[in-house]
Amino acid sequence: MTVAKRIIPCLDVNDGRVVKGINFVELKDAGDPVEIAKTYNEQGADELTFLDITASSDNRGLLFDIIEKVANQIFIPLTVGGGVRNCDDIRNLLNSGADKVGINTSAILNPNFVSESSGRFGSQAIVVAIDAKKVDDHYEVFTHGGRNATGINAIEWARKMADLGAGELLITSMDRDGTKKGFDNNLMKSISDTVDIPIIASGGAGSLMHLVDGVKEGEADAVLAASIFHYGEYTIQEAKNYMYEHGIEMRL
Amino acid sequence: MIAIIDYGIGNLKSVHNAVRYIAPKIPSAVSSDPDFIKKADKVIFPGQGAMPDCIKELDKRGLRDVVIESAKKKPFLGICLGLQLLFEKSEEGDVEGFGIFEGKIKKFQPSKQERIKIPHMGWNKVQQSKNHPMWNNINSGSSFYFVHSFYASDVKKEYVTGTTNHGEEFTCAIAKENIFAAQFHPEKSSELGLQLLDNFISWKI
Repeated sequence: MTVAKRIIPCLDVNDGRVVKGINFVELKDAGDPVEIAKTYNEQGADELTFLDITASSDNRGLLFDIIEKVANQIFIPLTVGGGVRNCDDIRNLLNSGADKVGINTSAILNPNFVSESSGRFGSQAIVVAIDAKKVDDHYEVFTHGGRNATGINAIEWARKMADLGAGELLITSMDRDGTKKGFDNNLMKSISDTVDIPIIASGGAGSLMHLVDGVKEGEADAVLAASIFHYGEYTIQEAKNYMYEHGIEMRL
Repeated sequence: MIAIIDYGIGNLKSVHNAVRYIAPKIPSAVSSDPDFIKKADKVIFPGQGAMPDCIKELDKRGLRDVVIESAKKKPFLGICLGLQLLFEKSEEGDVEGFGIFEGKIKKFQPSKQERIKIPHMGWNKVQQSKNHPMWNNINSGSSFYFVHSFYASDVKKEYVTGTTNHGEEFTCAIAKENIFAAQFHPEKSSELGLQLLDNFISWKI
């Protein structure tokens, strides 16, 4: 017996509003981050992740407002990613109430940013997000939503990020993202076998069995999902019960 | 008045948020002022990151003495590194702690066979080793949120108040007299975490 596997709903934030078709039956204002966070917390979410997709840097401040509002009322770990460029960005997010910060492109531009930030804020605060796609017989790191190839081998990159001090890795399969065909468990397992830090599987969850497979086949420590929860298809409690019935240690 | 000791490390805001949420009428503040901490009725000693850095930052702010003094008489809650610093020494950077509890801080060993990841990150069950006012309204076996790579070992049995399993059983809560300390984060453990903080607020020595 050990630590429970985690379910992490992911919310997209644009210009200070939670977006992307959140559709709970009982929710009056679908864009209100506190209401959404409360609902997920009540359903048993183990953590929450906010991904900032705000295009204009002028409106970035609105994100801090969201994090602050949520952190004042919801007491589970909050991760915030999207557009994190330097240690000041991280400090501002942590000061707003985030517990962990996701770093993606900035790590590729400057891998030492990972060691610098984990040294300063602690590994537990640094989640490195890796977007990977299958190219021929291997996985490669991509940026910009899967459009730009980097030529970096994703498995080696994962190892390097762990060595530089990442506290956990968020692995998104760009082949599966949005397909609802399930996680790329071969990718997840390859990385989970390579590093000693926890990994979060992302990209492709379309059913509760996919969540089970992510843990059992992909050997992920946590599963991240958006649409299966946002549209009210399943509640997080249903997902946790289902995983538990399939022999996975969960916080029920 | 509740003082949350600030030595520039970790997310103290979440601890303060949680305290204010459950006890909006009780004055509380994040502080690095030794005089303020001395005057407080209760003290929360949080911490995150690496132990050598924590000690360095504490000493830089001249807070070591006031922490040790507070731990001698007031209701005192250590969280995460705030538990580890109370022990004699740590493998992390081979540093000495405050020696308020006998024992040492050791690192978890990862295991591929048992799929033990480091850091120990996430929700895990806490078995209560004994009754304590801090466990009021919390069942043994309840889950709390952990994130750490080091743990307290060789703790005297009389002080072990809670245990958790991560590959092996380890001490995750300790108590003696006015001190209670947890390796997990009550401020991130949802309702039961808030209950524990509420228990601290109503704890009478």
